[in-house]
Amino acid sequence: MAKPQWPSAEKRRLIGKRIDRLDGPIKSTGVAKYAYDQHFDGLLYAKIFYSPYPSATINAVNMEAAKALPGVETVWVDESLIGKEVRYVGQVVAAVAAVSEEIANEALRLITLDATPQEAQIDDTDPSKAEEKKSEREEGDFEATMAAAEVKSTGRYSIPVITHCCLESHGQTAKMEGDHLYIWPSTQAVSLYANGLDEAVGVPQANIHVDCQVMGGGFGSKFSHDKWGVIGSLLAKETGKPVKLMLERDQELMVAGNRPSAHGEVTVGVNKSGKLQAMEATLWGTGGSGGYRPPPVPYVFTKIPATRLTGMRIKTNRGGQRAWRGPGHPQGCFLTMAAVEDAAAAIGMDALEFFKTNLELTERAELYAKQLDIAADLIGYKTKAHLRGDKTDGPLKRGIGIGIHTWGGLGHPSNCDISVHPDGSVVLKMGTQDLGVGTRTVVGIVAAETFGLPLEAIDVNIGSNAYPSSNASGGSTTVGGISAATRLASTDALNKLIDVVAPRLDVDVDDLEAVDGKLQSISDPTKSIPWKDACKLLGAKSVLGRGENIRGESQEMGLIDQGVGGVQMADVTVDIETGVVTLNEMAAVQDCGLIIDLKTAESQVYGGLIMGITYALYEECIYDNRSGRMLNADMEFYRLAGLKDVGQLKVHMMTGPGFDERGVIGLGEPPVISPGAAISNAVANACGVRVPELPLTPDKVVAALQAGGIV
Amino acid sequence: MKPYEYARPKELDEALALLSDTWGETEILAGGTDLITCMKQHVTEPSRLVSLRDIEALRGITVDDESVSIGAMTTLAELAAHAEVRALYPALVTAVEGIGAAQMVNTGTVGGDCCQRPRCWYFRTENGLLAQANGESLVPDGDNRYHAIFGNEAAAHFVSPSSLGPALIALGAEMFITGPGGATRTVPAGEFFKRPETEDERETVLAPNEILVAIRVLKLGLKNATYEVRHRAGLDWPYATASVAFAYDGEKVSAARVVLGHVAPTPWPVSDAASKLEGSTLTEKSAAACGEAAIAGATPLSRNGYKLQLARTAVKRALLAAVGSTKEA
Repeated sequence: MAKPQWPSAEKRRLIGKRIDRLDGPIKSTGVAKYAYDQHFDGLLYAKIFYSPYPSATINAVNMEAAKALPGVETVWVDESLIGKEVRYVGQVVAAVAAVSEEIANEALRLITLDATPQEAQIDDTDPSKAEEKKSEREEGDFEATMAAAEVKSTGRYSIPVITHCCLESHGQTAKMEGDHLYIWPSTQAVSLYANGLDEAVGVPQANIHVDCQVMGGGFGSKFSHDKWGVIGSLLAKETGKPVKLMLERDQELMVAGNRPSAHGEVTVGVNKSGKLQAMEATLWGTGGSGGYRPPPVPYVFTKIPATRLTGMRIKTNRGGQRAWRGPGHPQGCFLTMAAVEDAAAAIGMDALEFFKTNLELTERAELYAKQLDIAADLIGYKTKAHLRGDKTDGPLKRGIGIGIHTWGGLGHPSNCDISVHPDGSVVLKMGTQDLGVGTRTVVGIVAAETFGLPLEAIDVNIGSNAYPSSNASGGSTTVGGISAATRLASTDALNKLIDVVAPRLDVDVDDLEAVDGKLQSISDPTKSIPWKDACKLLGAKSVLGRGENIRGESQEMGLIDQGVGGVQMADVTVDIETGVVTLNEMAAVQDCGLIIDLKTAESQVYGGLIMGITYALYEECIYDNRSGRMLNADMEFYRLAGLKDVGQLKVHMMTGPGFDERGVIGLGEPPVISPGAAISNAVANACGVRVPELPLTPDKVVAALQAGGIV
Repeated sequence: MKPYEYARPKELDEALALLSDTWGETEILAGGTDLITCMKQHVTEPSRLVSLRDIEALRGITVDDESVSIGAMTTLAELAAHAEVRALYPALVTAVEGIGAAQMVNTGTVGGDCCQRPRCWYFRTENGLLAQANGESLVPDGDNRYHAIFGNEAAAHFVSPSSLGPALIALGAEMFITGPGGATRTVPAGEFFKRPETEDERETVLAPNEILVAIRVLKLGLKNATYEVRHRAGLDWPYATASVAFAYDGEKVSAARVVLGHVAPTPWPVSDAASKLEGSTLTEKSAAACGEAAIAGATPLSRNGYKLQLARTAVKRALLAAVGSTKEA
């Protein structure tokens, strides 16, 4: 009988190898059909009308002129808003559906709003605007420990609101057929998508058919069907025609989620030996109209003997926050790592030595020590490092910075069905989704490995809620959940096949294994039967294997685990005469347990680095404090890094003994956490002063250099 | 975008006849990299587009003993690839390369670069060219990090987006304009760009029914260069730029022109700074002094004082680049 535990290293043929993603060709050739690509005869285009006010009472929404425009099929108004308040510019108020996108856009301009504007709070940087209720936490004997620290280093640090900026905006194409709703959304949660949509649209959940084969990024912003999912479905239901509704770029940036800001003052108490003693942080920020939790500070160095944290929320009239890749962690990492690195500079200590000196204050000292060494080698720390401030001549200053991070990543509840058919075909079904990270490929690899078959032999079916349910993809929980469920399902199916085949080969069921395209006896490999012939023995009926990832059980079996660490180092050049920061190199060292596909795992880290470099150097939501409008709700001034901007990226995955036997652990969030910290520290190391804010744009860098008397 | 008529004449006179004498009724379509965006943003809602694409006379670069003439419909890529242009006018080549996107320079035109509209985010969100609400500009109290640091005493606070403008002015180029009935006029590049005082004006001396047809740059043997302070390597706007041109015998600078870009509603010549160079040897010190002089008289707004540092650096580096010094970045 096959056991569900992962095969040992010498038996793995596919797991852990660098394998191309299955959907690479269809994506690179444009064959892949995204939500926007779903096209049907008679398709209507829906567009959303949003509040131009950051705060106002809506008295009436006048849709008459829009409705009368030739080509407009129908309109929708959020009646629940009449007499109520809108809370930010961009809030969904109404929608139109028309025969062309152009007509729909024109119709939007005919909608008028009767509203009573009110005072709004837009700025999120002034702590005096914070709500009275504070979150306060104190650990250790704070007053005495801080007082006793030999050196105190205080700094102000700031990380702004940014958005998810998914390249594929939110939205869906929806179509009614009879009393069934067929919907093609861009979603991180195929199996859960219909929850609540059923009631909102009046279609039973069983009649809602969700299909998302490929999607262009979610990063935590696409868990819900959202209001536009309801609107599109309602318009489809009302008109009986297919309706496409995708957010425009400005809407995507204003309403489809963002990462909360964190501003604050952090004081670090340290001894001259470099030992961290105490940390005090007063932090404030905004989640827009959404909730706010201060980021975890101190981050990673959670065992600093004494800490005091005060968190305050500034409620602003802006779009609400959503989970952004590693919620809270990039902010906590930046605030902590920058503050402790400033403390290292204050005592004139090398940053790497300083971090190493304090590793016992983390949860995984041994791992981080190894990772710091590897990262230092990768980036050439020994030859490049210097104490704060590059003293060489000329305006170009070079520096290195370090960030350390952690994450959980325990596999989520997930179900998988795998059927093996008499003709030898293997069909896998799971209601998960591939956000572009390689999910489809990973489940294929696990199944192929288990059956001893090539990857192409597995018919992988995901992205539909007709398949066994799988949780939303968030929090780095997917790869664990789907890998365990697939392993359990394929083992189950294989064992059912073995039950039939073993007696025919005259071997014990425990003596049969699936390897190299055949079932063969472990004790006597001359006894074997090719896969297809084995399956023929099933006669007329196929076998069905089922797998369910139940967290505790899978952990017990060693299939999955949680808790990872990573270290990143950045090498930058700062032009101190222009404030332009250039990324030379980044090194990322990461563990994530057993890696199923090394290539897509490395890709995940490269992607995290690029996204991290982007928020470190370019990204911020810029608002007009009077109109409440996001001024850079476009991809012209909402800047993202391009290929030439990211420098050389070096990725090292920790694998082998000590890692593999932990089972599969998620990797989505970890690599995006440290870049802000590492790059900010590198800039401080290069130019000799801390630039207190992200992103590190020329205005902020020049201001810090001028304040520091450097230019 | 409202429906519009699309005309694609083959002759210049046909094109001129199709143009209205009122701004916004008709628009001239060159490469389209800006105009189409403007229409989507309701910055302009013409009832007719007049494409210049098929007018052969507007394309290409011709060289004679005295000058280089560039047709307005020459693409930016063609300009930057032209051997003579590369040899004589590195200030123009660098300006094109600074745009950072192959798609833009392959499609965008020389004339279009000079006539594109400002990127001011208040302008682009339907607050008008002067970005006013209730007669007051939104810029001084708004987020003006990318706005002008010169000329803010006047109504306009946006920055000229032209990449070529500062270099053309520094090189003393002439702009050839044809209007109704084929009437032609020639305007020095330094007079082509202007600051609008009202919403009825635009950013150049062109009348609504005139077409910029060609640009001529004399072969004066000037040292010249452009330096752009840019953050992203790909498609992006610079924060501040400087284009310089001057005669130099290795010892003395003469006939110097220094023009800043992205710091004012027009490319911004700083003649006082340029005159400081006259007769001096170009060194890092004299270049830095010129950079310092270049920002005299600046009127930065609440959030863009950092651009002073960028502008002074751009001037210094452009001067050094013009004489081939690679000491600076």
